[in-house]
Amino acid sequence: MKYVIIGNSAAAVGCIEGLRKCDKSGSITVISDETHHVYSRPLISYYLAGKVKPDNMVYRHKDFYEKNNVTTMFGRKAVSIDPKAKKVALDNGKSVAYDKLLIATGSSPFVPPTQGLKDQSNVFTFLKYDDALGIEKLINPQSRVVVVGAGLIGLKAAEGLAPVTGGVDVIELAPRVLPMILDEQAAAPVQKRLEENGITFHLGITAEKVVGDKKVEKVILKDGTELPCDVLVMGVGVRPNVAEAKAAGVEVNRGIIVDDAMRTNVKDIYAAGDVTEGVDLITGERKIMALWPNAYAQGRAAAYDMCGSKDDFDGVFPMNAVGFFGLSMITAGIQGGDGIEVLVKRNEQTGATRRFFVKDDKLVGMILVGDVDRAGIYTYLISEKIPLSSLDKALTDDNFGLNALGYEKMKERISS
Amino acid sequence: MKKVYADEKWCLGCGLCKVYCRTSHSQTLDIIKAHKLESPRPVERLHIETGDKVNFALQCRHCDDPKCVQACITGAMQKDPETGLVLNETERCVGCWTCVLACPFGAIVRDEGSKKVAAKCDLCAAMGEPECVKHCPNNALKYEDRGESL
Repeated sequence: MKYVIIGNSAAAVGCIEGLRKCDKSGSITVISDETHHVYSRPLISYYLAGKVKPDNMVYRHKDFYEKNNVTTMFGRKAVSIDPKAKKVALDNGKSVAYDKLLIATGSSPFVPPTQGLKDQSNVFTFLKYDDALGIEKLINPQSRVVVVGAGLIGLKAAEGLAPVTGGVDVIELAPRVLPMILDEQAAAPVQKRLEENGITFHLGITAEKVVGDKKVEKVILKDGTELPCDVLVMGVGVRPNVAEAKAAGVEVNRGIIVDDAMRTNVKDIYAAGDVTEGVDLITGERKIMALWPNAYAQGRAAAYDMCGSKDDFDGVFPMNAVGFFGLSMITAGIQGGDGIEVLVKRNEQTGATRRFFVKDDKLVGMILVGDVDRAGIYTYLISEKIPLSSLDKALTDDNFGLNALGYEKMKERISS
Repeated sequence: MKKVYADEKWCLGCGLCKVYCRTSHSQTLDIIKAHKLESPRPVERLHIETGDKVNFALQCRHCDDPKCVQACITGAMQKDPETGLVLNETERCVGCWTCVLACPFGAIVRDEGSKKVAAKCDLCAAMGEPECVKHCPNNALKYEDRGESL
């Protein structure tokens, strides 16, 4: 059996590890336009801040491909897929034959059109290791950084750069930070923590234009504010890399449409990770859930289906663990909407807040800020759709733990 | 594989397992120095749940297919294929707490003593028998192989 994977990140690793559990001998080829050994993308901000050394950027140890008997084709782009001949064409004119193909091409940064913005040398996006390596060359302790976007990408860039530069300005269209995962109440303390660490926010506004020919020298906001700029990071969002899949007849909406085993509409072609649109386990809606753990789980689910073995893949829903300057937060599921009841637990001394979103007797979402301990028990309640009326304790109880599941269930859990 | 199992019928909720867990994960391996002198203070890798009638101590279940390993963003959390132990390579861990979000047992502990890292039960891998089991005064913790796969 010949397995081919396009892409070399979390979904690819999930697929490789899954395949090697069920097929020790089939050939696996990984094609990636990047040249790095598989690395952790979320670590690029830690790298810039000097918290992670190059050796520890790897997502799997250096012998990973060798140990798993994987052929790598790095620095090569897959330019087209021929589903009839079952071949992937490369940018060097060669092609690779497959029996089963995984498209794990991820996403690319979306850069909104901005007056004056072209290919200036100090403009970056913030997704890949090479982005961080490029930024690193241009910064010094006096540099002024402007980040467009206060989502996860923009804020992680800001957090990584603030300690090693002269200050960071963040511009965001929405009225709060992390608008996709936090509501106003949760966003306020996060914004405060970032401000205390050298980051200035310009919320509810966009950039009018950038000024500078070879280099962007300043960014001018709609209200006329001028921000000096040595490095500009565009961290607005990402779009799935679907072009080659689409051209091959794979069904694409915004991302590639996959079923619960990561199959596309084309026989023997699978997709996983940021490039896909999957079904949100909680809402049943189809959406892009571009999150690292999801990508790994999807890659593995694809692998198990490829070699016909069973997986207990239980689907995905949005969830994030993220922290800024020591303030930790965990979010999952949905955070508001019709018929949703909110339960709040607040520690007045520390300011830590846990909010739970409940619908039809089920936990459907949570935002934990400043106190994330044992959050996985709540994640379990969400994913297993456990009726809250069956619990012995309220979600906000100080002693909430496995004991809330009731004696029998608790006993079963701790005996596993 | 051999794991630690709690027998809630016998657990007093006394917390000695916690004390010995901390000690066995300390620099000095000395119960008094670990609790009084060491800085950063070592953290225990287990939770004690207490209630009106039922108490128990809970450590990492070293799952067959661990959600923390699947979720780990750095690759630090791994299951050793030989021993079955789920271990965190702390040099590679950045303390993002994605494992805390993923673990359905709530078994992973934050260690923010120096560098932020996820701390978890390693079955006292270096010491033979888990210290929590050895020092439980009422045999409420058992270290045994109940025939589960690695």
